[in-house]
Amino acid sequence: MVWQLDIIILTLVIISGIAAITIKDLLGASVLFGAYSFLMCLLWAIMGAVDVAFTEASVGAGVSTVLFVAAVFQTTRRSKD
Amino acid sequence: MMNDLITMIAAKYNYWAFIVLMMIGLYAMIVKKNLVKKIIGMNIFQTSIILFYISVGAKESATIPIIAHGHQEGVIQATAYINPLPHVLMLTAIVVSVATLGVALALAIRVYNQYRTLEEDDIQSQINQI
Repeated sequence: MVWQLDIIILTLVIISGIAAITIKDLLGASVLFGAYSFLMCLLWAIMGAVDVAFTEASVGAGVSTVLFVAAVFQTTRRSKD
Repeated sequence: MMNDLITMIAAKYNYWAFIVLMMIGLYAMIVKKNLVKKIIGMNIFQTSIILFYISVGAKESATIPIIAHGHQEGVIQATAYINPLPHVLMLTAIVVSVATLGVALALAIRVYNQYRTLEEDDIQSQINQI
């Protein structure tokens, strides 16, 4: 575990998490949430949890983003907050 | 004394990041009015818990939990490998989080078809009118 890399990715994870909940456009929020999941997967690969990392990359980032985008297209893109 | 405190805070940066992410998720679930934003907050909360467990299992100067040269005779050094038990528990948690996400989004779509909006306060005012 390299702590410099760890701190950089943790900062990016927190930034993308905050961005995903503050952005007004719901499609943008879904895409930012996918970026958040991929950064999280990178973090787990660094920490040595390779099985969790590739499950997160396929299920967490892949399927979750697809579900979010499908739900946003079924409903509306606009959000008040 | 002060130096010790700073060292203690700086050494556990993974846990601080976990607390920050958990609070972001909790904030989004409570304060945000949009239903999709609430679901994103719930997912951030779940991944922060997974981050906590993986941080518990991480170990300095250890390798991934796959035995090197598996057919070799001799004693296996458990200290040379990262603890795989939290990893296995968190694999289940990731699958469960995707299942809850699917159910939550299906309910959100159902609510949208009924009320034509995803905002919580608009739904509440429409319910009060009836």
